[in-house]
Amino acid sequence: MSLTPQDIARIANLARLELKPEESERMLTQINGFFGIVAAMQAVDTSGIEPMAHPVAAIQDITLRLRPDVVSEPNQRDLNQRSAPAVERGLFLVPKVIE
Amino acid sequence: MSDLHLLSVKALATLLKTKQVSAVEVATRFLARTGGNPHNAFLDIDSEVTLAQARASDAKLADGTAGPLEGVPVAHKDVFVTRDFATTAGSKILSGYRSPFDATVVQRLRTAGMVTLGKLNCDEFAMGSANENSAYGPVQNPWDTSRVPGGSSGGSAAAVAAGLAPAATGTDTGGSIRQPASFCGITGIKPTYGRASRYGMIAYASSLDQAGPMARSAEDCALLLSALCGADVDRDATSLDMPTEDFSASLNQTLEGLRIGIPKEFFGEGLHPDVRAAVDGALREYEKLGAQLVPISLPRTELSIPVYYIIAPAEASSNLSRFDGVKFGHRAKDYTDLVDMYKKTRAEGFGNEAKRRIMTGAYVLSHGYYDAYYLQAQKIRRMIADDFQNAFKQCDVIAGPVAPSVAWKLGENANDPVADYLADIFTLPASLAGLPGMSVPAGFGAHNMPVGLQLIGNYFKEAQLLNAAHQLQQATDFHLRTPKGLQ
Repeated sequence: MSLTPQDIARIANLARLELKPEESERMLTQINGFFGIVAAMQAVDTSGIEPMAHPVAAIQDITLRLRPDVVSEPNQRDLNQRSAPAVERGLFLVPKVIE
Repeated sequence: MSDLHLLSVKALATLLKTKQVSAVEVATRFLARTGGNPHNAFLDIDSEVTLAQARASDAKLADGTAGPLEGVPVAHKDVFVTRDFATTAGSKILSGYRSPFDATVVQRLRTAGMVTLGKLNCDEFAMGSANENSAYGPVQNPWDTSRVPGGSSGGSAAAVAAGLAPAATGTDTGGSIRQPASFCGITGIKPTYGRASRYGMIAYASSLDQAGPMARSAEDCALLLSALCGADVDRDATSLDMPTEDFSASLNQTLEGLRIGIPKEFFGEGLHPDVRAAVDGALREYEKLGAQLVPISLPRTELSIPVYYIIAPAEASSNLSRFDGVKFGHRAKDYTDLVDMYKKTRAEGFGNEAKRRIMTGAYVLSHGYYDAYYLQAQKIRRMIADDFQNAFKQCDVIAGPVAPSVAWKLGENANDPVADYLADIFTLPASLAGLPGMSVPAGFGAHNMPVGLQLIGNYFKEAQLLNAAHQLQQATDFHLRTPKGLQ
């Protein structure tokens, strides 16, 4: 299989990446080059195999924990916002989204 | 003492405990060595912060409250967030970012007494095998400055090899501790997935990322690993609820009767003869030490490349969606609306490899492709993990090369990302299985560049790996060799 320039444009939009035309072209060639080595993976018979998310699940049952829904962190608004590009009165500023 | 920069973590800890040297003296010596940023290994240094930590360590050494590694310097890979140093993960999108907290690994090593020297260069978001994907320039290999140090923990490996730090932290997603350790002639270990907390480790591929130490010897790695591993169940959902362990306790056990599995797939035609010769030499040393070599098979070794390069980008595309120019880091200057701001910010902030992996990941997770790619890769991942469990019925540890070749020239693979991917073949299987793995200096190959031996253990068998590595280092001196000009 091979991706088309339209696929690249569609994924770039999904991934919120603006690509220059020459970047899209290079991306198309390189991603298609990579999918050349993916073909081997698709030929593998995996019927009846459970997908593995936590590797230690290979030897023991792993259940992801949930912690109690209680406040665990102190309020550090200033520290949390000190690296933000635009802040006003303790709020993150973004371009207007509602007219 | 003129050779402080050549001393081991263990030796430094002893000198500090017996008051033969102060933490401030040690920190000052290492800070002086980092002046001019040799090899472009560091991304942030702040001598005031380092010296303040050193003074605090000296106070603890004086009043008897010192931790086991009190006053010994360490430098952190820039994917660990730090309150007192900038954190960029090697990316422009995080330029100037200051975290409100320290990563658990950083905090645990500080609790053990270690003094932070600064932050180390790495591939952007730990994506790379040569440290050429850093937005802040490549790192040079101290053994030959025209060559790469490996990646993604390239700054960590170069700093230790060049005597800029006695030890460093690294992270390993697909080989990022083991491969640069091999390329720079140092020792590094990635523990079992879930042993070290991922809290405050900027996520690349969450189901694979693991922290670990890089130092000159297995003995030093054991000291750091004992301090940095431990349950962090409230802050890392995949942290294993296991007690801490003293990985130094069994370093001196005999290897008599140890069964070392030799996977035939690791010794095929892709392996360069110079690397093979060094690896074979180390294996002969093991036989002399009483170990027995057992032929085994890891039949899906080659498949680990596509499986890894589907799973890791898929998780990366999701993890990197948080970099949108709103809450931290870079924001584009000119944009028309919110979506345009996201797109331009991310276009300007991410480098080529990060963009490629975001695109690949978004594609394989997109509607209609998820089952064929991500789910299929996760199923083969289980088969790869099962292959290891079968192999461990016949052997105690597995040994082979870390990488097919020695460090290549800077710029050599610049236009061919797949060439870099293929070079990860021997480290990816253990990463996918979540097994502990390490690189131990095994000799020198072409152009007199270091070669590492990879040791892979079963889950939670880090102590056994470190024992095997330490015994090899008692019989050989490759780990004590240093690049020219270091004395």
